[in-house]
Amino acid sequence: MSDVHAPEAKGLVNRAKRWIFTTNHKDIGTLYLLFSLLMFFVGGVMALIIRAELFTPGQTLVNPEFFNQMTTMHGLIMIFGFMMPAFVGLANWMLPLMIGAPDMALPRMNNWSFWILPFAFTLLGSTLFMSGPAPDFGWTFYAPLSTAYGPKSTDYMIFSIHLMGISSIMGAINIIVTIFNMRAPGMPMMKMPLFVWNWLITAFLLLAVMPVLAGTVTMMLTDRHFGTSFFNAAGGGDPLLFQHLFWFFGHPEVYILALPAFGVISQIIPAFSRKKIFGYRFMVYATISIALLSFLVWAHHMFVAGVNLQAELFFMYATMIIAVPTGVKVFNWVTTIFRGSISFETPMLFAIAFIVLFTIGGFTGIMLAIAPADYQYHDTYFVVAHFHYVLVLGVVFGLFAAIYYWLPKWTGRMYNETLGKWHFWLSAISVNVTFFPMHFLGLAGMPRRIPDYALQFADFNRIASIGAFTFGIAQLILVYIIIRAMRGRGPVAPAKPWDGAEGLEWTLSSPPPYHSFATPPEIRYE
Amino acid sequence: MNKKAQEQNPSGRRPSNPRLLLWLFVFGIGMFGFGYLMVPLYNVLCKATGINGKTGGAVGYEVNEPIDKSRMVTVEFIGSRNMNMPWEFKPNDKRVKIHPGEYASISFHVKNNSGKEMIIQAIPSVAPGDAARYVKKTECFCFTRQTVDKDYEGDWPVLFHLDRDLPKNITTVTVSYTLFDVSHIGKSLKRGTLGHLN
Repeated sequence: MSDVHAPEAKGLVNRAKRWIFTTNHKDIGTLYLLFSLLMFFVGGVMALIIRAELFTPGQTLVNPEFFNQMTTMHGLIMIFGFMMPAFVGLANWMLPLMIGAPDMALPRMNNWSFWILPFAFTLLGSTLFMSGPAPDFGWTFYAPLSTAYGPKSTDYMIFSIHLMGISSIMGAINIIVTIFNMRAPGMPMMKMPLFVWNWLITAFLLLAVMPVLAGTVTMMLTDRHFGTSFFNAAGGGDPLLFQHLFWFFGHPEVYILALPAFGVISQIIPAFSRKKIFGYRFMVYATISIALLSFLVWAHHMFVAGVNLQAELFFMYATMIIAVPTGVKVFNWVTTIFRGSISFETPMLFAIAFIVLFTIGGFTGIMLAIAPADYQYHDTYFVVAHFHYVLVLGVVFGLFAAIYYWLPKWTGRMYNETLGKWHFWLSAISVNVTFFPMHFLGLAGMPRRIPDYALQFADFNRIASIGAFTFGIAQLILVYIIIRAMRGRGPVAPAKPWDGAEGLEWTLSSPPPYHSFATPPEIRYE
Repeated sequence: MNKKAQEQNPSGRRPSNPRLLLWLFVFGIGMFGFGYLMVPLYNVLCKATGINGKTGGAVGYEVNEPIDKSRMVTVEFIGSRNMNMPWEFKPNDKRVKIHPGEYASISFHVKNNSGKEMIIQAIPSVAPGDAARYVKKTECFCFTRQTVDKDYEGDWPVLFHLDRDLPKNITTVTVSYTLFDVSHIGKSLKRGTLGHLN
């Protein structure tokens, strides 16, 4: 007979041991999610320092060197510390529940892949407290800024990225093995929930590009200290090669962040429309096409870096083709909502906002894909607006939707719907106030990554900063909601709090027993 | 598990984890290697297409190189120093007008003001990038690393021509050289394997 409850641990040491040595997918999922919540606020404070400095023109709060460190660290922490671990946490919690497995396939490796992360980010964060500058060359750490000109702390960043890479690769391997080998009898691949499908494809993307990033930072390391010349023109290398390698990782990385969010939306939209997802097969095919195409478009980040005309044309058209499978997904979500019996609980609100706002980010992406137009937009706030629409109003909203959707399952407590709606409306409005004016700033020519700007940009920057602070403060509501549910406050959640929801996770109690699906569930499809 | 898998595993046991694990690790390590493979691939691709504006190595002198007299192309020269090396480095001829196929000899004035012996390497780059592979150099100081004595002063020649296949729409070609201090890289190399000027 398996344990139903989590192990009782008394005393600080035993409690710490329980979390450090845990191999339970639910525990590790919780750790991932809490870690990413912490990183969300660390990265968020950095964003607010940036926005505070940009509130008025001129140097007001921080010096330009520190400003550069903030833009760099904000990007690295939000991508590697917040969004990626958050979705790995969701995968840990939900994949075994959704496919009827007792746990992840490789529980010990699972423990290791989480516990590497605190060390990785301690390494990265410690650079802020060193006597020299922290990494200050932008989150893309282009050579030679990060090699010949990089501060000494760059080596900390390099090893930190190695650790994150090892963590992500092990996480991805674990997810693939779990999905391939641990599905309950009677669940073929094409009956898996779309969240599981999207994570499977994401895991393959991770496995394909994280090693390339690891190789790239290793080249940086040997260029810096061991006399190689991968990116050093003097020794026969080429700094442009760095950009090729980086974006070969960097573009699939965008989909590593976006695809799990697509999966979340594909679970939530049918649940609150009380309909089956429209075009399940095409959703799967679209995800696979997006993943494959993501390997063929990297040079659209380099249109102004001296890529020749034929290559620009190829990458321009290849990028635009991605709009087709993405469009298929958007239309399928909309068609699922169409004539559904819709209700607007907080997860659904975030999901609908995701569809609308992510699509805006997608459209500006197509604008940026047009090579001649990109000559104007490149490295301006238009780009900043674009990727924040995709990542914050898209991916992060998808994550929020997932938290509201599954929080009752995780904690056994319903969140307060009124507070949830407050969180949604404050976030949705303030985040648009933050990022929408950046489109105009960029089109008018304000470059990104600068601590000061020309006077004509002052108004829009002020609006953006006000929005950013509102957004930041609104997230405290989310923290309150999460802590309240975790401490067992609020109405008890039934096994299936959403009447339209489907899937194996809702057949378990809320919260599910510590060890669930010790015997595989019976699955029948009509 | 689908039907086929169930037939293979009548007991309902799941398929082998270690085997899949091994394949996935091999794939991951393979992708790490692929990152490094991109380096030679990139260099080969650039050499073949001139994508990054790099020029090729030395080509032999042809006395009877056919000349395309129907058009003139302006070739401009730029000399720059990496990381503000304390050198003088500038072209004696800022621009020349030549027919494609016609040889031209120009020179750069060089003076080592650093007060010490240095090993330098000049790296060429051509704009527009599409013209790079049509710039054919017979003689150039950029072919090798040069060990340069302190207080050295002199003129360094470049003998080159433009290939007649240069696209018709290109009327101006800019050739830029950047001097890099490679003393720290060249130290391990024996003297004599490098060009030496004094």
